[in-house]
Amino acid sequence: MIEVRNVTRQYGDQLVVNDVSFTVAKGETMVLLGTSGSGKTTTVRMINRMIDPSSGSIVVNGVDVRQQDGPTLRRSIGYVIQDAGLFPHYTVAENVATVPKLLGWDAADIRERTRELTDRLRLPPDVLNRYPAELSGGQRQRVGLARALAARPPVVLMDEPFGALDPFTRRHVRRELFGLNELRETTVVLVTHDVSEALELADRIVLMDQGRIVQMGRPDELLQRPANDFVREFLDEKPHRLL
Amino acid sequence: MIDFFTFVREQSDKLLDQTITHISLTFISLLLALLIGVPLGILIAGRPRLASGVLGVAGVLQTVPSVALLGFLIPLLGIGVGPALVALFLYALLPIIRNTYVGIQEVSPAVRDAARGIGMTDRQILFSVELPLALPVLFAGIRTATVINVGVATLAAYVAAGGLGEFIFGGIALSNVNMILAGAIPAALLAVGFDLGLARLQRLPARRLRVGALVFVGLLPLLSGFYLLPSRSDKLVAGFAHEFYGRADGYPGLQQTYGLQIAPRLIDQNLMYEAIHRKQVDIISGYSTDGRIKAYDLVVLDDDRHAFPPYDAAPVVRQATLRRHPELEAVLNQLAGRLPDSVMTTLNYRADYRHESPESIARDFLKQNGLWKTPKPGDRSATIVLGSKVFTEQYILAEMYRQLIEGQTGLRVATRTGLGGTQICFDALRTGALDFYPEYTGTGLLVILQPPAAALRQLPMQSDSVYAFVKTGFAKQFDLTWLKPLGFGNSYCLMMRREQARALGIQTISDLVRYLQTS
Repeated sequence: MIEVRNVTRQYGDQLVVNDVSFTVAKGETMVLLGTSGSGKTTTVRMINRMIDPSSGSIVVNGVDVRQQDGPTLRRSIGYVIQDAGLFPHYTVAENVATVPKLLGWDAADIRERTRELTDRLRLPPDVLNRYPAELSGGQRQRVGLARALAARPPVVLMDEPFGALDPFTRRHVRRELFGLNELRETTVVLVTHDVSEALELADRIVLMDQGRIVQMGRPDELLQRPANDFVREFLDEKPHRLL
Repeated sequence: MIDFFTFVREQSDKLLDQTITHISLTFISLLLALLIGVPLGILIAGRPRLASGVLGVAGVLQTVPSVALLGFLIPLLGIGVGPALVALFLYALLPIIRNTYVGIQEVSPAVRDAARGIGMTDRQILFSVELPLALPVLFAGIRTATVINVGVATLAAYVAAGGLGEFIFGGIALSNVNMILAGAIPAALLAVGFDLGLARLQRLPARRLRVGALVFVGLLPLLSGFYLLPSRSDKLVAGFAHEFYGRADGYPGLQQTYGLQIAPRLIDQNLMYEAIHRKQVDIISGYSTDGRIKAYDLVVLDDDRHAFPPYDAAPVVRQATLRRHPELEAVLNQLAGRLPDSVMTTLNYRADYRHESPESIARDFLKQNGLWKTPKPGDRSATIVLGSKVFTEQYILAEMYRQLIEGQTGLRVATRTGLGGTQICFDALRTGALDFYPEYTGTGLLVILQPPAAALRQLPMQSDSVYAFVKTGFAKQFDLTWLKPLGFGNSYCLMMRREQARALGIQTISDLVRYLQTS
């Protein structure tokens, strides 16, 4: 579904992403894990051309991303960021309907899809006409996800999607959302620095440090056969056992 | 207070007209500022270096005093709506640019990132996200600009662009408090009203604000359009000073005597000459001996039906002084009749435009008329104190009298030139601080004697009758003597450009009225 091949991104002299390659299979959830500054956010933003690579190539669904213009490409890829990035001047319904509208869906389809999503994401129906500022953090995050999923994109990118929530809500929302069929069928690339989140959600993990991939594999592989001390310490040091 | 309401009721047509003009001026300039300022604000939103430059320039423009800005624009754009609109536009620009810029800058980066991430194009981000979110801040800027413009628009009256400033400046020129208030109160109400209205709009919830903003923007051309309503177009355009327009012996007198009907543009006294010179107006009001008549090649229309009271100049002397120095009267009367309008205008022109000193102008004149004599040496013990008001022709006259007296008598002359106004000169004369000064018959009549309205109506407004009236009145009431008139009258007058007047065959005010009436 997604193929990242020898991708490098350079700012001046600095290699923010250094020769990164990985593939994500259809329906798979791939977590990019690392400290801040490890290049994981830059990597994920290159997948939907928010940033263009300095070298290397990225193929989504068999098509090189550079063959499409940015906005068109991005409409076919869901995008969720920390604290949802909802439009404060749009109601919940309008927020969810943004991408279908950009794609030119007709109003009835949009209404139907919005209802379906609020239902599945267990948002109270009266929330549709409210503004983001009137919602709780958890609700906002769900609306953010609903907006990303509205046009049924085959791929969804998530950059620290639960970063702004308190640990309890975070776990709760996360379990709930990733229990959805809606997401199970979707290819997800999720960026986080939270090890327990990575271990819980990932089919596979790409652990990054200083722009390079340190190790890639299933969570149990990383836990049981860490490639080096960095991996061991990174997974160990994190307070996931405290949760 | 009752006077005020009476004034407003009587002038309601004019007031409405001025208010509409005022609103139009405010909103046309606001519309222009929006058309230029919003795109500029958007342009600089992502470019910090350009932003500081643009905001800097707009900020400097904002600090230029409005009168100075108008003064600067007149040579470029002449008078009328042009410079007024440009000045207002420039003042409205800063709040609009700055608030557009700030409003867009303040959109949270996460929201902008999300908009891009879900596939909006730059244009869609601008119109669907950034501008709607910047709208409340932009609206605050519109509010500021509107209030500034309502205030500054009063100055439009300086340059004949109309508006409530006409009453305000007219009122100041005439010391008419009711007139000032009739302009100032509506202007203040407009400012407060627009401010409250826009504040209300600004506080609307997001979606309705967008609707409100659209409605507002839709209304703007409408509000501005008032100005474009067809107004009566005259064949000749008149530009009158505010004072002339309001004073009973000015334009109202003309209307009464000649039935003159013209929609004059009101304009600052000193800009009037510039305006007629540049052919922006065809008729102006003024004083008949102004040096600028000659400088700009204007012609004074003959007041053939005597609408303007005569303002014939003559020396007014204390009778006590004449008794003490009987030789004085004959000496002062040597100037009688020697200074017709054209001569006095030329002398004023030499002082104002060729910057010759009053002393040399006076000496030249006396020599030409064979009146100049070298002062005889000897002891001069007795002193005559001579006064003058604070404008060119009075300085010249004072100089003539001084040279005349010193050349032909043994008296010493002390001059007290530049006395502030009629009342000051007159009081000084009565108390003996002055022995004489040149006064004008019309002023003596209307400012000093102030006869009851009935007596005034019966008095023919002609040179000799008014002269006789003030001579008798001053002698009886104040022991003051009016000596023989000098020959010129510095009265109100209408003037036109010489070639145009000649081309249209207009010599008198009656000719003018006839010309305006024939269609």
